Amino acid sequence: MTATTTGNRPGTTRAARAAGATAPGRSVRTPLLPRAAAMLVMAVFTVYFLLPIWWLLVAASKTRGDVLGTNPLWFADLHLVDNVRDVLTYRDGLFPQWMANSLLYAGVGALVATLLAAMCGYALAKYAFRGREVIFNVVLGGVLVPATALALPLFLLFSRVNLTDTYWAVLLPSIVSPFGVYLARIYAAASVPDELIEAARLDGAGEIRTFFGVSSRLMTPALVTIFLFQFVAIWNNFFLPLIMLRDERKFPVTFGLYQWNSQLNQIPELNTFVLVGSLLSIVPLVVAFLALQRFWRGGLGAGSVK
Amino acid sequence: MTAVHALPPGATGAAGHPAPTPGRRRPSGHGRAITFFVAPFGVLFLAFYALPIAYAVWTSLLTVEREGTFGAARTVFGGLTQYQKVFSDDAFWTSVGRVLVFGVVQVPVMLGLALLFALLLDSPLVRGKKFFRLAYFVPYAVPGVIAAIMWGFLYSPQLSPFTALTANVPLLGADLVIWAIANVVTWVYVGYNMLIIYSALLAVPAEVSEAAVLDGASQTRIAWSIKIPMVLPAISLTAIFSIIGTLQLLAEPQVFRSFSSAVTSTFTPNMTVYATSSVPNTHLAAAFSVVLALATFVLSFGFLKLTQRRADR
Repeated sequence: MTATTTGNRPGTTRAARAAGATAPGRSVRTPLLPRAAAMLVMAVFTVYFLLPIWWLLVAASKTRGDVLGTNPLWFADLHLVDNVRDVLTYRDGLFPQWMANSLLYAGVGALVATLLAAMCGYALAKYAFRGREVIFNVVLGGVLVPATALALPLFLLFSRVNLTDTYWAVLLPSIVSPFGVYLARIYAAASVPDELIEAARLDGAGEIRTFFGVSSRLMTPALVTIFLFQFVAIWNNFFLPLIMLRDERKFPVTFGLYQWNSQLNQIPELNTFVLVGSLLSIVPLVVAFLALQRFWRGGLGAGSVK
Repeated sequence: MTAVHALPPGATGAAGHPAPTPGRRRPSGHGRAITFFVAPFGVLFLAFYALPIAYAVWTSLLTVEREGTFGAARTVFGGLTQYQKVFSDDAFWTSVGRVLVFGVVQVPVMLGLALLFALLLDSPLVRGKKFFRLAYFVPYAVPGVIAAIMWGFLYSPQLSPFTALTANVPLLGADLVIWAIANVVTWVYVGYNMLIIYSALLAVPAEVSEAAVLDGASQTRIAWSIKIPMVLPAISLTAIFSIIGTLQLLAEPQVFRSFSSAVTSTFTPNMTVYATSSVPNTHLAAAFSVVLALATFVLSFGFLKLTQRRADR
């Protein structure tokens, strides 16, 4: 749809206009009361969405005594730097190890998943070959299979080949993204013109070179979207590490924090570590989303074109 | 499924390119290139999607037999023995019922909010759209486990900063804890769903609602009669993913076990799978997995077909 590609159809400048935020003159026509009501709703929910994060930031900056003893929504003595240092050095840097593990699982996993999904989706969109519809339907079926239903059988299979409790156990299943293939196919069909591929052929470029040199560039918004959402899916994955990993040095950060949190009753000192660790663990995702929003906002709409 | 073929006629044209006509082109004779593109994903899909599913089905058909009480255990083919156990397992069906109730309430609330915010962002009523869009989306960057930990602290009578509320309302008690969890899920996903619907709204041609304004239609009327029907595909997509997500519920309730004793080890179907597999009773756990995957597939696929048929009419 128009939101996904920079539509150059005359008259359809809505997406562009909305990107430019306000349209002066429009507001004159709408009466004050509905506008005030709308702004009130938006403001109330802004508080709902941001307050827990604000509380986390404030709580992470306090000593353990101050977390419960002082105003929960405002800073007391600032201990953020001390707290962060304590978390980072606790038990020989267990927490930084978890962060590095998460970056490895999610970064490498999403990168490979994006590449594989892009190639497959592109071929499904741009080549006519036997079995194409079958493959696409099987992949779509894969989109509808809940990933957690795979966790247990994957564990059973991996234990047969002695791969449980290894990095591979979390990494390998993460590089398959049926939804990525689905998105890549739709996007390639809409944004890579056949004429361009023909032209590249006439210039003597091979099919594979055409894909990496020309087509994949046109698919960039979709690729960034696939990467980001696979990154988030891996970063958030809970069942796979829960069932696969025993060695805490291999945990991803979310699973590590879950472990700390479930030990709170026995080890109350972990209280601050859980809060500070939670804050630190959301920073990479927030940064990634903000830095790349120019790309993924376009790609996000593509999935809904059905 | 015919996801691509169901494109509205204008949709591909809007991209400024001629609509592709898949299926009608000659076989291209680029066999090696096609293999190069498709094979890596295909092989891994077989290894990490198809094979586990087949293996789960196979495992679920086995059963452990013992000679007498202390005899050696043998794994034998048991046919549908495990499935009989699944259907007579009360804890499992209680957990299925629990997530269904959860979904029937939480999914409409979440998607209703997402739609409302998307429509407000798309209307001329709201200023500062960029800010709201980001502020509402930020929770999506918070992993489910972390969100559950945060809200768990906020709810907990001992740990919460808001003791006035949490001391008087048993948010983590047996009656309310499921809705406390529903709030966590809603908090995380409203902004994400809002953005999907919002980007579909941006594709609705401006002329349509401008013409309606000239005809004297109110913003509510425009939203109800023009915009919502046009973004129904996007809404049904978000609904399908929400249904799948609900049936898979695991991380949030698992985290809540350390805040609330009301969350049992079989609170949701996936928790039942995990608890059963760590007994260990892998054959029964595999049968649970298969039933759950099938149920999810049937529900989401059925919903997809239902909305497609309505869209075609």
